[in-house]
Amino acid sequence: MHVSQLSLTDFRSYESADIDLAAGVSAFIGPNGQGKTNLVEAIDYVATHSSHRVATDQPLVRAGAARSIVRTTVLRADRQAVIELEINPGGANRARLNRGAVVRTREVLGVLRTVMFSPHDLELVKGDPGGRRRFLDALLVQRLPRFAAVRSDYDRALRQRNSLLKSAGGRAVGRGSEAAMATLDVWDAQLARAGAELLAGRLELVADLAPHVTSNYADVAQATPRADGGNEAALAYTAVIPLPRAGVDRTALADALLAEMARMRTAELDRGVSLVGPHRDDLLLTLGAMPARGYASHGESWSFALALRLAAFELLRADGDDPVLILDDVFAELDDLRRDRLASVVAKTEQVLVTAAVAADVPADLVTHHYAVREGLVSRG
Amino acid sequence: MVQDLIDELGRLPGVGPKSAQRIAFHLLSTDPTDVRRLAGVLMEVKDRVRFCVTCGNVAEEEQCRICRDPRRDLTVLCVVEESKDVIAIERTREFRGRYHVLGGAISPIEGIGPDELRIRELMQRLADDTVTEVILATDPNLEGEATATYLTRMLRPLGLRVTRLASGLPVGGDLEYADEVTLGRAFEGRRSVDD
Ligand SMILES: Nc1ncnc2c1ncn2[C@@H]1O[C@H](COP(=O)(O)OP(=O)(O)OP(=O)(O)O)[C@@H](O)[C@H]1O
Ligand SMILES: [Mg+2]
Ligand SMILES: [Zn+2]
Repeated sequence: MHVSQLSLTDFRSYESADIDLAAGVSAFIGPNGQGKTNLVEAIDYVATHSSHRVATDQPLVRAGAARSIVRTTVLRADRQAVIELEINPGGANRARLNRGAVVRTREVLGVLRTVMFSPHDLELVKGDPGGRRRFLDALLVQRLPRFAAVRSDYDRALRQRNSLLKSAGGRAVGRGSEAAMATLDVWDAQLARAGAELLAGRLELVADLAPHVTSNYADVAQATPRADGGNEAALAYTAVIPLPRAGVDRTALADALLAEMARMRTAELDRGVSLVGPHRDDLLLTLGAMPARGYASHGESWSFALALRLAAFELLRADGDDPVLILDDVFAELDDLRRDRLASVVAKTEQVLVTAAVAADVPADLVTHHYAVREGLVSRG
Repeated sequence: MVQDLIDELGRLPGVGPKSAQRIAFHLLSTDPTDVRRLAGVLMEVKDRVRFCVTCGNVAEEEQCRICRDPRRDLTVLCVVEESKDVIAIERTREFRGRYHVLGGAISPIEGIGPDELRIRELMQRLADDTVTEVILATDPNLEGEATATYLTRMLRPLGLRVTRLASGLPVGGDLEYADEVTLGRAFEGRRSVDD
């Protein structure tokens, strides 16, 4: 698939912009702070409904404006789809598909797929579990858009339950009262149901992703083979509940979640938060026998981050259509070997969008379309 | 003065600041007799309309129209969140029993637990064994499901038939927005709940 048209209204630094795009490799070149990342961020937002830079939507709206509109035309196997997203930080976002009636934003997920590489990816390896959970869930939703609803049900059940734990635990007299506990039982069930669904999705995803991570890491990091062979990259999902050894039976997962909640109930009431569920899980990245986080060198960490993104790309591509590959400022961060590895993927992908401050940062023979970005003006060169 | 009006209008559900402003200025430019009539109707509903002592639905007398209707089936009770859900279900003409309006759904975020809903009144209505089936028609969203689960657990020991509307309703939505055909079908295809 590829994006053939991008229109922005009040998105980030852009008051308005209309840009024609094409299949092939497009490079957006310009000095710092001119609006290169803003462009690719907009396209990625249409695909994922989130930004790789910020957790809230407010910074995406141009200072002084109330909302932004991002419109993309997507071509898939010669079929055209126009997705329009209205970003309203004060309220609910709205979406429109093919200029029809407004639909729930969830309903346009999956039409456009992107995989973005950026300097922030290092956080996947070095940072907190939250970043790795976001990586997994975003990929899960791109692959199977119905998980957007699962994710939002889970988040809502979690907020409801936390709210109940806070009030039930805090009220010394009411604590443990039959009514409060009966209501808590009900929210346990809601959280366990949505949690088991999310957990099953993540487990299946990790099982599919893991071999791609291992092979891509070996490929990207081949400059440093180790005699003991102890630097194979691996991926494992770590949950707060004991995981069934084989298979992902949703009923068994829900039961396991309920059992753990029962065991932790006193602690949860004391703390006033839910301590059990996929919101507390992590993705364990290992190199040989050691965890990557805290042990891997800077270069190894970069290779791992690249391997995770490359694996995500391969997984989505395996569904039959190339996702749009976005490389935000990454070539400058890489040594020659990793650059070459990335370049070989770029050369075989339907559409790649690359940003860089200077043209020399992008392998010149790769680029098919050049754009200059200066003070919010995008011109074809 | 005008700002007071805008503020009051803005407190209404579904009316944002922009709409509040638009309505306020519309009222200012409207004929005084029209405004007086609107004010009259507002005062009148507030004086005359109350909540049915039996089911909690809106009523103009002590009991609502449905509770007073002798043709309604007394053995089936349909539990809904709001009076507007009664209107939506009545439109389908599928249901001939009576209602019980809870006044919302369990939502700890909003401070709504079982005690804030008309659940005690429901249990009292079921005490004399007239009702043999309870249909749980709370919204097909997280809070509605939680409420239905809570009620199921309360009702199970009473030995009644407890049913839930068939799936097919737009998930995550409001009952009132479901179209008549879909809602009618959900009634016909209702199933006993085990949990
Ligand atoms: N909500 C907003 N309203 C107005 N301007 C914004 C908003 N958000 C970001 N900007 C501006 O956009 C510019 C950043 O654009 P962008 O991140 O695309 O830069 P870039 O061209 O990728 O630069 P670099 O080469 O440093 O990565 C900044 O000057 C910033 O002030
Ligand atoms: Mg940038
Ligand atoms: Zn009544």
